[in-house]
Amino acid sequence: MQQIPKEMFQPAVADVGEAEKLSKPSLSFWKDVSIRFRKNKLAMFGLILLILLVFMAIFGPYMTNYDYATNDLMNTNQPPSSKHWFGTDELGRDIFTRTWYGARISLFIGLAAALIDLVIGVLWGGIAGYRGGKTDEIMMRIADILYGVPYLLLVIILMVILGQGLGTMILAMTITGWVNMARIVRGQVLQLKNQEYVLAARTLGASTSRIMFKHLIPNAMGSILVTMTLTIPNAIFTEAFLSYLGLGVPQPLASWGTMASEGVQALQYYPWRLFFPATFICLTIFAFNVVGDGLRDALDPKLRK
Amino acid sequence: MEKLLEVKNLEVSFQTYGGEVQAVRGVSFYVNKGETLAIVGESGSGKSVTSQTIMRLIPTPPGKIKNGQIIFDGEDLVKKTDKEMEQIRGKDIGMIFQDPMTSLNPTMKVGKQIMEAVMKHQKMPRSAAKERAIELLRLVGIPMPEKRVDQYPHEFSGGMRQRAMIAIALASNPKLLIADEPTTALDVTIQAQILELMKDIQKKTGTAIIFITHDLGVVANVADRVAVMYAGKIVEMGTVDEIFYDPRHPYTWGLLASMPSLDSDDKTELASIPGTPPDLTNPPKGDAFAPRNPYAMKIDFEMEPPLFQISDTHYAATWLLHPDAPKVEPPEAVKRRLRKLSTNYPQPIIVRESE
Amino acid sequence: MSNLSGHILNKTAVKGEEGIWVFSAHIPSFPVKEHLQENGGAGNLLRYISKRLLYMLMSLFLIVTATFFLMRAAPGGPFSSEKQVPPEIEKNLNEYYGLDRPWYIQYVDYLVSVAKWDFGPSFKYKGQTVNDLINEGFPVSFFLGMESLFIAISVGILLGIIAALNHNKWQDYGAMVFAVLGISVPSFIMASVLQYFLAIKLGWFPVARWESLQHTVLPALALAATPTAFIARLTRSSMLEVLSNDYIRTAKAKGLSRRQITVKHAIRNAILPVVTYLGPLSAQILTGSFVIEKIFGIPGLGSHFVTSITNRDYTTIMGVTVFYSILLLLSVLLVDIAYGFIDPRIKLAGGKKGE
Repeated sequence: MQQIPKEMFQPAVADVGEAEKLSKPSLSFWKDVSIRFRKNKLAMFGLILLILLVFMAIFGPYMTNYDYATNDLMNTNQPPSSKHWFGTDELGRDIFTRTWYGARISLFIGLAAALIDLVIGVLWGGIAGYRGGKTDEIMMRIADILYGVPYLLLVIILMVILGQGLGTMILAMTITGWVNMARIVRGQVLQLKNQEYVLAARTLGASTSRIMFKHLIPNAMGSILVTMTLTIPNAIFTEAFLSYLGLGVPQPLASWGTMASEGVQALQYYPWRLFFPATFICLTIFAFNVVGDGLRDALDPKLRK
Repeated sequence: MEKLLEVKNLEVSFQTYGGEVQAVRGVSFYVNKGETLAIVGESGSGKSVTSQTIMRLIPTPPGKIKNGQIIFDGEDLVKKTDKEMEQIRGKDIGMIFQDPMTSLNPTMKVGKQIMEAVMKHQKMPRSAAKERAIELLRLVGIPMPEKRVDQYPHEFSGGMRQRAMIAIALASNPKLLIADEPTTALDVTIQAQILELMKDIQKKTGTAIIFITHDLGVVANVADRVAVMYAGKIVEMGTVDEIFYDPRHPYTWGLLASMPSLDSDDKTELASIPGTPPDLTNPPKGDAFAPRNPYAMKIDFEMEPPLFQISDTHYAATWLLHPDAPKVEPPEAVKRRLRKLSTNYPQPIIVRESE
Repeated sequence: MSNLSGHILNKTAVKGEEGIWVFSAHIPSFPVKEHLQENGGAGNLLRYISKRLLYMLMSLFLIVTATFFLMRAAPGGPFSSEKQVPPEIEKNLNEYYGLDRPWYIQYVDYLVSVAKWDFGPSFKYKGQTVNDLINEGFPVSFFLGMESLFIAISVGILLGIIAALNHNKWQDYGAMVFAVLGISVPSFIMASVLQYFLAIKLGWFPVARWESLQHTVLPALALAATPTAFIARLTRSSMLEVLSNDYIRTAKAKGLSRRQITVKHAIRNAILPVVTYLGPLSAQILTGSFVIEKIFGIPGLGSHFVTSITNRDYTTIMGVTVFYSILLLLSVLLVDIAYGFIDPRIKLAGGKKGE
């Protein structure tokens, strides 16, 4: 045994504070989430893709000299070239310009639908979850019945009756679309309202709305965000689907959906007319999905890994 | 006393996002045939990892046995392949887990889950296996076993589910039963029943038991010998009497002092050990317990204490047993129980590490 | 509000009253389990079915009412004065709807007709009723739908299991890439692409029409693509979750082989959430059929429906919508009841909680 100096056996001052010192810096919740999100390569790829798409949606139409609606009957159905990067359609309109113009419409529809769903859903679900009891039961039964109505069928009917247009489409999509968000929010609120810090706030005399807005909703934010991110591609899909059925936005407005449905008919001879809008529809749906997925994983890592 | 299981210098680590967590940092102990060894420690002490490693149940992507041997019945389990371990699990070694709610397959009848264990290791037709399952249910004290055998786990109460788990573990008469906190999730009254059951079964079948718990009260009830774990190492090990009547490690003192007892008067505060266990991604330099140790000396922060042997069966890893260390008084609650044990050596001896 | 909330955000995904997360769509299912457990006692099944039937009827009622009033509001529709229809059709409309009677009588008449399974005359085609259209087109669509369902379920589950068992290896990434594609590419784009490459360019399959089994391949594939992706993804998540459960560890501790554990314990439990998805799945296939049938020139109810939309054949649109709604509501109901039978935790005939 090696010799140990006697003075080593003197009592040491035990610093309990030292023991409790955290060896890793503590991060705020959202910082933690964003670090995890950034580690997810697929999700980051999706995010970059989305940023690029939005960028092009805003600036794309200005990159050419063409307008989305101008016909050029001398140059119909031209394949992609240096003059028309994405080619032209049957009325000689430049597809590149129309694609990015259509991006605005499609993205707008997606976002508008998601936001309206958000507002209605959060209010409905939040109130139902927080109030509980009879209020909750009634509100959720209504939601259940509304949910029983097949979504696409209802949307189709409404479009037929209300006529085509941007506003009617968004209305049709959100009439029952909010039920999903309401369910999620309610679930979250139910879980959270029994947490101790809510009890503490209530003991301190906080009012209902204060509790809802300051405590419950911020903590439910994660789930809300994820749901929103996943509602948008659904809306874009529905828009494309409706356009295919002939219920899309009216001409000369171009959305990816209307362009794709026109493109399908001309697939055999002028495939580029389908290729570009279809590709971007797929890319956008893909991007939102992986971002939404990544967000969900980042918010609760125990879930997937 | 014949050694059934001997663990030597076991080291187990996990690769995680934050680095390598050294969950078990050199653990050595043994279990004799037919006896009960209790392993005591806080959450994170490494006791569950140790027990699951014996059965090689730790998933090896994140987990890894870095060093050590597990000698069971003459063979080193560390070296065995997964296929070979399949022959041992459920047959020579059985295990029951902490949460009986989640440890049973909710969509499979209880009887079938027992029969699986039986049929895997003993060639038996279905009908015989079912008979055996009923017999086992009866053995663990479940009333009306012929009816119960066809029921699903959710139709059993918590205590009954744990009994069913015991039945599964005992299905092939294992030589060793590992019980990982089997009563922690149960009511106190049910706890007592389960403990009685286990002692009973041990008497009948002679199975050795490793009993993992954080509750010293349970230890006093069932164990023959005790090992106290902290931060991935065993800090003290001995017979039940030695641990309760002559503990030497400050951590053990802390555990004993924090047990409420009917003898202590109302005025004495319940002692508690301040602080929390260390982060095992970065194990500290000296004694891992030092920051929380009111008896810590300077050397505790510099060098890990060696293992001292106090009697044939009693070991403790603390610098306090060094001849140069000052004499200290253990806390009140521990002092009250102190007894002089005749089996102690005159002086604690440092255990030399065998090369 | 920092790390605490991180811990609170938990599994609303995969399980839970809110339903199941499947990549891009949240599929809420009626909380079968919770509902049945709330209403404990004998006669569960009857009460459950009647309650669900009630909800179904309420939703249906809402739909029928909505279609009726929407139809009245339709400009150029059967109730508007500016409609331009040939006299024969006008006569049929009057017979069915009683166009000059007060609206509430019309409404009640309509409800009664629907209840009698009579959806009225076509708005555009003389001498044809909506029922004719349904009888003609539905069998075709049904066949196509079943084919797609079969593909989606078998391929989807298989892919999901393979992916989960090879977590983070190439099989997992490959399967998930496929899943991403399936979900990101809308069915009609998939259909057009398949038609273009495999039928027109390569000539492996017929381009359109519904004449032989070969004619069914491309449309079924196009229709099944997205659902397959959903199911694969769902199965994978479910499987991964099941594999992390304690009872899998128990099964391993019994000494069962990997294959036994996977087949007997894991898969059976992992499939349960997939069953609840079958309801929304049928909705997807149904609505998908509209476009697929149109692209491939298949004379099914879907393509008739699309034609009626383009032609603004209001009565047909309404009638087929009601028919579809009944179908969908029924399928969701059937699936949820089936789930109640498959999951033994839901004892429909009244199981007893043991003690």
